[in-house]
Amino acid sequence: MKISRKEVEHVAALARLAFSPEEVELFTRQFNDILDYINKLNEIDLEDVEPTSHVQPLHTVLREDEAVPGDSALLEAVLREAPETENGFFKVPPVID
Amino acid sequence: MQEFETVIGLEVHVELLTRTKLFCGCSTAFGAAPNTQVCPVCLGLPGGMLPLLNKTAAEYTIKAALALNCTVTPNLTFDRKNYFYADLPKGFQISQFFYPMGTNGYLEIHHNGESKKIGIRQLHLEEDTGKLSHFGDIISSPYSRVDFNRAGVPLMEIVSEPDIRSAEEARLYLQKLRTILCYLGISDCKMEEGSMRCDANISLRPVGSSELGKKTELKNMNSFRSVFRGIEYEVERQRTILLSGDSIIPETRHWDEAKGITRAMRSKFVSADYRCFPDPNIPPFPVDTKWVESIQASIPELPDAKYYRFIEEYGLPPYDAEVLTGTKELADFYEEVLTCYREPKTVSNWIMSELMGHLNAAGIGITEAKIKAKDLGKLLQLVGKGEISGKMAKSVFEEMFATGEDPELIIKKQGLAQISDEDTLDGIINTVLAANPQSVQDYHSGKKKALGFLVGQIMKETKGQANPQLVNKMLEEKLKSS
Repeated sequence: MKISRKEVEHVAALARLAFSPEEVELFTRQFNDILDYINKLNEIDLEDVEPTSHVQPLHTVLREDEAVPGDSALLEAVLREAPETENGFFKVPPVID
Repeated sequence: MQEFETVIGLEVHVELLTRTKLFCGCSTAFGAAPNTQVCPVCLGLPGGMLPLLNKTAAEYTIKAALALNCTVTPNLTFDRKNYFYADLPKGFQISQFFYPMGTNGYLEIHHNGESKKIGIRQLHLEEDTGKLSHFGDIISSPYSRVDFNRAGVPLMEIVSEPDIRSAEEARLYLQKLRTILCYLGISDCKMEEGSMRCDANISLRPVGSSELGKKTELKNMNSFRSVFRGIEYEVERQRTILLSGDSIIPETRHWDEAKGITRAMRSKFVSADYRCFPDPNIPPFPVDTKWVESIQASIPELPDAKYYRFIEEYGLPPYDAEVLTGTKELADFYEEVLTCYREPKTVSNWIMSELMGHLNAAGIGITEAKIKAKDLGKLLQLVGKGEISGKMAKSVFEEMFATGEDPELIIKKQGLAQISDEDTLDGIINTVLAANPQSVQDYHSGKKKALGFLVGQIMKETKGQANPQLVNKMLEEKLKSS
């Protein structure tokens, strides 16, 4: 499967990234190189192999459902760093649902 | 004219009743000041702690999967669904895209005494988003405000198969789903408050066809009634378009409750655009059989099992069984009354007419009512023994509902007790007979109407408190022997 310039532009748009034409050219080539390399895996017989979702053989840890009080200094810092706030809310450009 | 079949699948989101969020210890309590229940994990701040899965949220979702007859995944895994929106602080939502918690289940709906299974395609656990608020109309609002207190709250999504064939079936499915989840105690499922939300995928196809037609996705239905109305409207809209020879544009539509119409919304991302991949921060968690078994053991008798048991054990009509098992609390109340007064149908009638009538009028649920099940049982015993008439019982009930008082106390206070004492009645009957010799004579000359007149006089004399059956019996015996 070949990745086209158009697909690179589409993925860039989804990630809100703006690329110059040269960059699109470069990433299209790199995308394809990476996929070609990954495609080597298709040559292996995986009949009895479970799909891998994580490379490390770890299990996650469960947390008891107990509330931790909020850190008010942190909350203040977070709101202070926001471009705009109003009465404790973050303020953003109008969003059409 | 071409006949069409309606095909509906529902996607339902419910907030789980956990104390904390899905991957961090922030409180989920409702009504806190904006952005006070947030932390680096749910805000997606770089360098924050790793997400840690809430054990209760996982248990609740497995519980729901089991109650909905699903196969439970052997490995709990989470994936990232990537998109940008102002209510999504991390730029991705953690969800179970590849391996949902439960798959291939069903629930049963009952309609006009018939039962139908609606397939559950999958059920999975994910994070809720923050809440956006606008000023007045969503289109003309100059800016939006964001509160992230809700971001990361555990949300369970339940996707049905396209097995639903009408707006009424959709409503019944949703109600049954809510009933089951409430029985499990894992969500309060209040549509008006947003803890239960429903989107509907709707399409039509020619009767007899097995292919699915082009569908629209209907959103913004905030009550059971609006789900029903929204689907009815959308089905008719599609039918009109198809009959005119046009085709349906696949799109997301918004239900406008005030105008009673559906409107097209912005075009939706197609599924592949979310670029889902396993969340590298959350390794899998094996779901062991013992854990699932202990969750299974904690599931109470579910509405359908109760429904069939009520029909079988108490000989109730299906309608009664459906109403009484509508909530676990009502079913428990019913069975508690039965422990004091074992006449299943009589108790059912009282609960469905008197009790539910009063509850609806007061706008409260059974758990908020003052009247106690044991006291209703006591009241029905008194009616059964003929100590008060059915009519009096209703006025006693009214008082019990308002005050929660013991029925015997109310009867004593209001002087309502029925006179069933034969000696007392004997005296009154003698007085009435002595005062109405003409009627006695009429009775003996074959005018049966005279009996009714005499009964009426006795009731008048006792201010309606004489036991009417007993009066009739005693009066007839007395007249025959005189």
